[in-house]
Amino acid sequence: MSQASSSKSMTIGESGLAVILTVSAFLCVIGAAKAVDAPFAFHASLGAVASLAAVFFILNRYFDRPAALPALEINGRPNYNMGPIKFCSVMAMFWGIAGFTVGLLIACQLAWPVLNFDLPWTSFGRLRPLHTSAVIFAFGGNVLIATSFYVVQKTCRVRLAGDLAPWFVVLGYNFFILIAGTGYLLGVTQGKEYAEPEWYSDLWLTIVWVTYLLVFLVTLMKRKEPHIFVANWFYLAFILTIAVLHLGNNPALPVSVFGSKSYIAWGGVQDAMFQWWYGHNAVGFFLTAGFLAIMYYFIPKRAERPIYSYRLSIIHFWALIFLYIWAGPHHLHYTALPDWAQTLGMTFSIMLWMPSWGGMINGLMTLSGAWDKLRTDPVLRMLVVSVAFYGMSTFEGPMMSIKVVNSLSHYTDWTIGHVHSGALGWVGFVSFGALYCLVPWLWNRKELYSLKLVNWHFWIATIGIVLYISAMWVSGILQGLMWRAYTSLGFLEYSFIESVEAMHPFYIIRAAGGGLFLIGALIMAYNLWMTVRVGEAEVQSPVALQPAE
Amino acid sequence: MSFWTRHQVFEKNSIILIVGILAVIAIGGLVEITPLFYLKSTIEVVDGIRPYTPLELTGRNIYVREGCYLCHSQMIRPLRDEVERYGHFSLAAESMYDHPFQWGSKRTGPDLARVGGKYSDDWHVTHLTNPRAIVPQSVMPPYSFLASTEVDTTMIADNLRTSRMVGVPYTDDQIANAVADLKAQTDPDSPGADAFSKRYPKAVARNFDGKSGAPTEMDALISYLQMLGTLVDFKLYNEKANLR
Repeated sequence: MSQASSSKSMTIGESGLAVILTVSAFLCVIGAAKAVDAPFAFHASLGAVASLAAVFFILNRYFDRPAALPALEINGRPNYNMGPIKFCSVMAMFWGIAGFTVGLLIACQLAWPVLNFDLPWTSFGRLRPLHTSAVIFAFGGNVLIATSFYVVQKTCRVRLAGDLAPWFVVLGYNFFILIAGTGYLLGVTQGKEYAEPEWYSDLWLTIVWVTYLLVFLVTLMKRKEPHIFVANWFYLAFILTIAVLHLGNNPALPVSVFGSKSYIAWGGVQDAMFQWWYGHNAVGFFLTAGFLAIMYYFIPKRAERPIYSYRLSIIHFWALIFLYIWAGPHHLHYTALPDWAQTLGMTFSIMLWMPSWGGMINGLMTLSGAWDKLRTDPVLRMLVVSVAFYGMSTFEGPMMSIKVVNSLSHYTDWTIGHVHSGALGWVGFVSFGALYCLVPWLWNRKELYSLKLVNWHFWIATIGIVLYISAMWVSGILQGLMWRAYTSLGFLEYSFIESVEAMHPFYIIRAAGGGLFLIGALIMAYNLWMTVRVGEAEVQSPVALQPAE
Repeated sequence: MSFWTRHQVFEKNSIILIVGILAVIAIGGLVEITPLFYLKSTIEVVDGIRPYTPLELTGRNIYVREGCYLCHSQMIRPLRDEVERYGHFSLAAESMYDHPFQWGSKRTGPDLARVGGKYSDDWHVTHLTNPRAIVPQSVMPPYSFLASTEVDTTMIADNLRTSRMVGVPYTDDQIANAVADLKAQTDPDSPGADAFSKRYPKAVARNFDGKSGAPTEMDALISYLQMLGTLVDFKLYNEKANLR
């Protein structure tokens, strides 16, 4: 047990965090006792339990650890901090499967509404935010935190900054997911798409996210490499911009500090603009910039080729982050938002096509001289196909942002199809590819348990995506055309419900596609589990690996 | 020194890089959002817009809680088919007291911006209890539990007060009588009904769920649905006065 040597003492971080969390546990107990609604009492209790558990772990770790903290370097090589990354990788797989399952359920609910079960917590309106948050923020977020912590250490050749801070980030973030997700089921929501968590979850996320930014930034500052690797620019833009968007979109006044309900500071048209400034850039910075960072590290690494063009990456980085911010109003075409804002949104969305394809070209052309590996390496194939999907949906997006196209596509399933070609094809596949690379590296395994299973995953998921997006294209365009169809006498040809009825076969095909995607992910989870359990350990090479550049 | 060499200042200094990113991402948002707060043409000047009654606000909060906005928009676009199907296109003024806005982004079901008065209360009760009892092809979830859940009135005055703090012009009188007004709106024959009508002129007081007893969530949601899009009288609305 504890080596009670006189030199061992608690760091400021350990004692400080333990004190803060004890206070937090105390406040949570008061919150639970004085709560004005049941969900708030439940969440405050969860907060109290989590805070106490964290205090226990901090103390337990202190008693078990040697007097000195982990060394920054061992034998001249950086002593990388992989624990939090392992945790996030496991959580990513867990939340991914949970999120895909809920997605499949709500897809089936639209085909067979009896599956709503007439219960509050299983109805579509509460499960849909659970699905979107679980796949975007829980699955995607954990992949981003895991890969960013990995890439920043490797490309800076330095141990992750902070001792407890990285653990605070990964555990705190997943606690946020827990609060947000259970809140949706209990009807706790702000009613803003992709920003549904209520004020107290938002406050907690702010604390966690600022810590994340600091850990990342301080690690960058301590780097041993003169240049900041390109993937880290994208990670930094993602972390910083998400913080700005989160703060801009979510200022709210709680009805009671002991209750879950709040009113958002913005109203009506201003709230709409703030919401889609946030919403579209959650796509631009969470689902694009962050995952482009993954592309810039994992594709060169897996293909063992340098990035195609460093200059292209400079141009497309600045152009992408500058233009994306403007694109939000294309979600509000023909609405009560002033026309000048709609026109700006459309113009910048079309221009955004160029830097998006700059990224795609840079990713795909990195394969120059290594295209043959697509035949033999299904992981690389997954990564490359993800970039192809990225190119496809970043062409489709600007097209749909043109006002005349949008007048047909808006409010229809076409939007859902567009989102999923990006989410399943781009974000999903690039995340799967990254996790397939990362797990053997983290657990020190020579290779994956089975490349054959990766191949199966790839094809099953690809067929699933194709079924999903083509079903949504057809149903979306059909919907749009039926709504505006006129008879020869000048009357509207279809009632609304006739368009609903026409969707039924496509909703079944979509559910089938989603089911295949879920099966692929289950195969992946089994493969990764077996890699960790029975994979052959890799012999440490004596020379430190060069970061890909 | 070439452009590429100059760019190294960002590549070699994380603080300069983060400041550069912040500057670049700030521009678009500032240009698109800030004018909406001071350009007078953003929100039309119209008669009839009023804050929600306590019962309607409760109904609206149920609408938000159940995620109705995920399948129903409240934003009619100025396109021929939409105006014919749903009514006059939506004005910015009609959602100026909405915190949050509920314009929505998807129409799995029809637009609800002007659903008020389109169907009877009885239709709504039956439809919300089991949508397929009225519309066999519907894919909407049933909400029968609303009818059996009484409205919790303890926080309603605080809800009005908080709304006022974010910009909804509730009067002291309205806040002080929030609970009484909430109950009176479901009971038009009660002594409080007259006072309610004075505080919220033209607001309709009815027994929305058709059942006696304390107001239920069904009452609240239907009172909200029945007022949607009814505040502005488009026979009197002067479009030319609000050209932008």
